[in-house]
Amino acid sequence: MRKREPKTYTRLTHPLVRDSRDEPFRPASWDEALDRAARGLQRNRDAFGMFSCARATNEMNYVAQKFARVVMGTNNVDSCNRTCHAPSVAGLSAAFGSGGGTSSYEEIEHTDVIVMWGSNARFAHPIFFQHVLKGIRNGARMYAVDPRRTSTAEWAESWLGLNVGTDIPMAHAIGREIIHAGLANEAFIERATTGFEEYKALVEPWTLSLAEKVTGVPAAAIKDLAHAYARAERAQLCWTLGITEHHNGTDNVRALINLSLLTGHVGRYGAGLQPLRGQNNVQGGGDMGAIPNRLPGFQDILDPDIRLKFESAWDTVIQPHYGLNLTEMFEAMEEGTLRAVYCIGENPAQSEADSEQAVRRLKALDFLVVQDIFLTKTAELADVVLPATAGWAETDGTTTNSERRVQRVRKAVTPPGEAREDIDIICDLAARLGHDWKYADAEAVWNELRSVSPDHYGMTYHRLEEHQGIQWPCPSTDRLEPTYLHGRLWETDPAKRGRLAPFGLVQHDPPVDLTDDQYPIRLTTGRRLDSYNTGVQSGSFASPLRRGEYVELCPEDAERYGVVVGEEVQVTSRRGSVVAPVWIDPALRPGLAFMTMHFPDEVDTNQLTIEANCPIAGTAEFKASAIRIEKLPVATIVR
Amino acid sequence: MTAIPLGVPRRLVEFTIDGKEARVPEGSTVLDACRAAGKDIPTLCHGDTLTPKNACRVCVVEVEGSRTLVPACSRKAEPGMTVHTDTERARHSRKVVLELLASSVDLSTTPQVAGWIKEYEAKPDRFGPEAARLNEAPKIDNDLYVRDYDKCILCYKCVDACGDQWQNTFAISVAGRGFDARIAVEHDAPLTDSACVYCGNCIEVCPTGALSFKSEFDMRAAGTWDESQQTETTTVCAYCGVGCNLTLHVQDNEIVKVTSPHDNPVTHGNLCIKGRFGYQHVQNRG
Repeated sequence: MRKREPKTYTRLTHPLVRDSRDEPFRPASWDEALDRAARGLQRNRDAFGMFSCARATNEMNYVAQKFARVVMGTNNVDSCNRTCHAPSVAGLSAAFGSGGGTSSYEEIEHTDVIVMWGSNARFAHPIFFQHVLKGIRNGARMYAVDPRRTSTAEWAESWLGLNVGTDIPMAHAIGREIIHAGLANEAFIERATTGFEEYKALVEPWTLSLAEKVTGVPAAAIKDLAHAYARAERAQLCWTLGITEHHNGTDNVRALINLSLLTGHVGRYGAGLQPLRGQNNVQGGGDMGAIPNRLPGFQDILDPDIRLKFESAWDTVIQPHYGLNLTEMFEAMEEGTLRAVYCIGENPAQSEADSEQAVRRLKALDFLVVQDIFLTKTAELADVVLPATAGWAETDGTTTNSERRVQRVRKAVTPPGEAREDIDIICDLAARLGHDWKYADAEAVWNELRSVSPDHYGMTYHRLEEHQGIQWPCPSTDRLEPTYLHGRLWETDPAKRGRLAPFGLVQHDPPVDLTDDQYPIRLTTGRRLDSYNTGVQSGSFASPLRRGEYVELCPEDAERYGVVVGEEVQVTSRRGSVVAPVWIDPALRPGLAFMTMHFPDEVDTNQLTIEANCPIAGTAEFKASAIRIEKLPVATIVR
Repeated sequence: MTAIPLGVPRRLVEFTIDGKEARVPEGSTVLDACRAAGKDIPTLCHGDTLTPKNACRVCVVEVEGSRTLVPACSRKAEPGMTVHTDTERARHSRKVVLELLASSVDLSTTPQVAGWIKEYEAKPDRFGPEAARLNEAPKIDNDLYVRDYDKCILCYKCVDACGDQWQNTFAISVAGRGFDARIAVEHDAPLTDSACVYCGNCIEVCPTGALSFKSEFDMRAAGTWDESQQTETTTVCAYCGVGCNLTLHVQDNEIVKVTSPHDNPVTHGNLCIKGRFGYQHVQNRG
């Protein structure tokens, strides 16, 4: 096998600037770099977007969104949550008014049925999966719904290998079967939900046999899952990007939530919905308001009372409308209505679907300032590059995990060279633009956040330390709330029950990028155990498991194309073409190929993916592209 | 409503340790009770996140009415039992256990053991230099961790952590029986040809340093490993949304190893390859 060295990145140690994009960077002093950044942002004050960082601390995200809203006067602030779990947040808040997973890791150890849908947690969330394994060892039955027979599916009682993009037919068929078998929780539906009759009519056509035809999963297996889920005393429904990274990701999420409403598997200990988040603080970034439609504490910008509270706290005027999300900001670059971007710790030049288009759009900006620990592909396009600290090891603060647990991040090592903490850099830039913010430390930022976010008010640094993290909501400093959300739905008193949860009336809509004679193979993407996203962080350690990028095919397809392991082939979609070596994985099925985005400097998988976006959440359909595989003119078998 | 599940109320068990009344919640072990009473009982194979294996017998105590000495780490406290932790018989047994282990195994990196050998006046040298040892070179077959079976006391903690108690990867097991028993991957292959996923959860529980980080192994070989110069800072991993707590061991501003708090509700001391080993990017400082 060819030994391929991944590109490794060296830390940035001083600011870099240049007068025009054709020139190479030159090192600059902090003063010069910040002055230039301030001028660049100042002249584009009405056309500005902030890319905040889902891997930085809550405190940094709070200050970043405050910079966008107060200094630049815009709600155009977002982060890479858009490329992964924004549909989960949108779907959960539409149903329950709150965008977090409803239960806790420990609860899955004490549940009866676990459904892992579009989630290879064994690889992508290994320590969460240990809680799942505890549950299985305690007697829970686990079902895996995934086009690939993943290492998660190996632990399942039953693997439902559905066709990519047929999650809604599967969910609707399960819902219909539950209703027809008389297993719906009628008391809960009556008490806590709305729209059941419409839902019942919506799923009525999705018989098991029709679902079998569309999803490719035997009717008996769908029926078995439906009965197991509905009959369970407690059941957990977990999903990852297999659900969200579709052009209708939010609809997919709603379709899954419907099943929990139908059976009452939400709002109780051990019964809930668990979207597994991909970045250490993608939950917290949204909670801190680093999204275009929410203020810190996940409070709606359109609510005048909420705005008033923040306007008086921040002594500013908040735009009374939603800002642009990441996807819309990229579109606005194309239109020329967004001309300056402050990008912190993100690498959209490689992480966005259809990466060529993303790079072209970033190049069209009047001004781009990138703040990162490495000179990423995105930073290479910038006018000013600011060297920052690695949030998790070089700063103090907090992050919020998938079970809504806010935990302390602590500084363990000193950053290299002149690298500075994100918050200090943002504050210096704000000062140059006329806003003199003084934060003594991360805790001071956190206490400001606590004062404006009721859900975080009870979490002092002292208490976070004492309890090894606290889950939101935590409105009181002397009390802890239950580990699960939405217990209110079970209240008998309608006043306490609050807003009822509506069924999501969503229709099946197949993937945008259709397979045909020219592009006969369905390409889906995902993570490997030892790698992370665009590989900028995970490429540096000596992993014995790392083998670089491959296009993975099932043995049948490999035979059909006459290709062997290691042989390089041309992979072409309607958007681009890359050369990648072949790997053979019996967990795939004929017509299904798999690639990761971990090695974009070797094989830029996102040249193949389609920027077909979820209209509600803006997430692209990374999980479904149509491709073809071609043998290269000269077969070179590299060993 | 309280967020801390109270569970079924646990009765307190009352019994006697070394002539003093002890009260511990039902289900506690004798070791739990001893530690609560401030008594230092040596342990090697006991793991706070693992089911007791009763392999090393160094924690034995005397219980009145029991024919044999009992391992404190696994014996549950019972009402009315009378425990003696420091009798001649118990001390003698610990001494012999320490002598047998220290004569056949390299305990140079086992925390606290030097103190116990002194306290129990164990003389491992009395078996002479011929005492059974593996005498094999450390296995270095990958860049993340090293297996030095000269230091292995066969406590099985790594097997349990890799197996059904935590990781469920089953890459390692006990091969051979009796004197030939040893920890190995399937067919005694190099780690790189095994089912190992490099989570390092075996290193986390290894009591003797038989399993160690390559970074620690190399620094020890170079004579630069100095725990007195190290800081331990607990932070949160940046590799996914699960939120695992990492304790970074830092010497001279370099991360030299990563552990996780055993009482942490997210990890229970376990990590994956990225959390345990994926820190190098931070210190690619040019």
